[in-house]
Amino acid sequence: MTNVPLSPTRPKTFRWDSVTKYVMLIGLLIFLLIVLFPFFMITINSFKTEAEYLANGPFSLPRSFDLGALKATWDLTEYSTKLMNSLLISTSTAVLAVSLSLFNAYALGIGKIKGRTFFLMFFLMAITLPVESLAYPLYYLFNQVGLYNSRLGVIIATAALHTAFGTYLLTSVFRTFNKDLLESARLDGCNKFQLLFRIIVPLNWPTLSVLFVFFFIWTWNDFFLPLIFLISNAKQTVPIAMALARGERGMVITTQSAAAFLGVVPAFIFFLLFQRTLTKGIMSGATK
Amino acid sequence: MSESAYPDQIQTGARQRIKTFRESGYGWYLIPGISFFMLLIILPFLANIGISFTQWQGIGAPKWIGLDNYTRALGDTIFWTSFKNNLLLIIAMTILPTMIGLLLAVTLFDYISHQFGPGWASFLRAGFYLPQIVPVVVAAIVWKWIFQPDWGVLNWMLTSVGLENWTQNWLGDAKLALPSVMLMLVWFQIGYPLVIFMSGLQRVDPQVYEAAKIDGASWFQTFWYVTIHMIRPEIAVVVLTTTIAALKTFGPIYAMTSGGPGNATTVASYFAWKNFFEKSNVGYGATMATFITLLVIAMTFLFIRVQEQHED
Repeated sequence: MTNVPLSPTRPKTFRWDSVTKYVMLIGLLIFLLIVLFPFFMITINSFKTEAEYLANGPFSLPRSFDLGALKATWDLTEYSTKLMNSLLISTSTAVLAVSLSLFNAYALGIGKIKGRTFFLMFFLMAITLPVESLAYPLYYLFNQVGLYNSRLGVIIATAALHTAFGTYLLTSVFRTFNKDLLESARLDGCNKFQLLFRIIVPLNWPTLSVLFVFFFIWTWNDFFLPLIFLISNAKQTVPIAMALARGERGMVITTQSAAAFLGVVPAFIFFLLFQRTLTKGIMSGATK
Repeated sequence: MSESAYPDQIQTGARQRIKTFRESGYGWYLIPGISFFMLLIILPFLANIGISFTQWQGIGAPKWIGLDNYTRALGDTIFWTSFKNNLLLIIAMTILPTMIGLLLAVTLFDYISHQFGPGWASFLRAGFYLPQIVPVVVAAIVWKWIFQPDWGVLNWMLTSVGLENWTQNWLGDAKLALPSVMLMLVWFQIGYPLVIFMSGLQRVDPQVYEAAKIDGASWFQTFWYVTIHMIRPEIAVVVLTTTIAALKTFGPIYAMTSGGPGNATTVASYFAWKNFFEKSNVGYGATMATFITLLVIAMTFLFIRVQEQHED
């Protein structure tokens, strides 16, 4: 510990406190490096040729910055198609689930309709329900109505599941909504539809966008339903494609790394994009 | 997530403010939500329970066999292996991450933040949280690559430090496969309790700590009697949600081991999936799914009861 700051006035005193302090920080930073090490590994090894990997191992930095492994994996998994599918499914699911949650919460939180405790319990129950207990009947049902191997099928099923959480959250938020504002709007001749879209929605925009972000990311990360519903290559999502890529012929150590890398990158981008929405939304929820 | 914890607080505080604003006609707005719910959740859920009392290949007419699937399950070794493995996953997804997360949260919040400023604490928190932002299946693919037997990072590392005879076929050895998957899951999960506990600690009144200090409480006593006590709601949320997640684990097993070698890493939901879509034992798969549901419901009730008892 050479950089331990010693007090200039008392040069002889050795301060154990400061030593412990820096030992703690360095210990935590080492632990953090270990945690982040897998990400570092798949990043550097996705830019190597197989020959370079086998010659120098996984720890050396890429010498040639070779894009061959990434390009091969991109083409093999039809990554562009998978990205579009994931974007389409996640966005549609999030929009549909937020809308359904909004209507439910409008009736339960603002409208206070009869039997709302019963309905709320109903939705609450579904939050923890394992998707395995719905999977086969849904699969059978979708086969009958032509929604099997269709992105629309995944969208509506996933949206229904997410609506349970959304309804619960939005209802709790709407219950605290300013009643005077609602009453004066009604007295000014605002009908229920206008009340929802001119007053409730704009004033709860931060909460709704947080909900949208949650649903978007949950759907992006989803595995079970897309795996059983989307069998054709042209319709699958990024996580499914990356999980199935390993079994493909021609996958070597560097292309396997590239598949993991291509799975991680969108998640990192969303994290950077959405971080501000999440912090803002949660803060506005807290100050309400 | 922590968000599911805060609406309750708003709710109770604001209930008094709510005046009599009652009008009819809002029921119409429930129609889309309820239709989706009935058709895509309630109906399939009940159908699944129905199917569990039948023998069915997925085509033709199901044959009613009463409780046969359930008695068969209780005598099936794979059934017991699956749930034993789910229990082990609770260690990897709930117990270890909660303990590590608690220690990290307290260290970052109490120590690093005071000694080096809150910037360092948030930086470290964000870093430890990173694995949480990738899809768990992708995390599994990353680690499968690390565990690769021939040229994988882990074996390469052992070889390069002279521990050549420690190298293993991590996911291919029946004894090591599940612990390897568990290691990945611990790595993946740590960030979740950390973030929730740190936001919980912000709620705690600093005066409580000062009072404890004045009373001469040691660091450990403060941690045990003050910190843990104060953030018990957060601990309960984390333990409940991660236990349920552990009972539902599917993706990591599918992507890393396919339940193998043999049935060494099979879990309940993977076994259900296999019966549904590979073996066409739909009735037996539905039974497995019903068992998972029962366990999840039992867990939820248990935690709610424990919570209520502590509040009294």
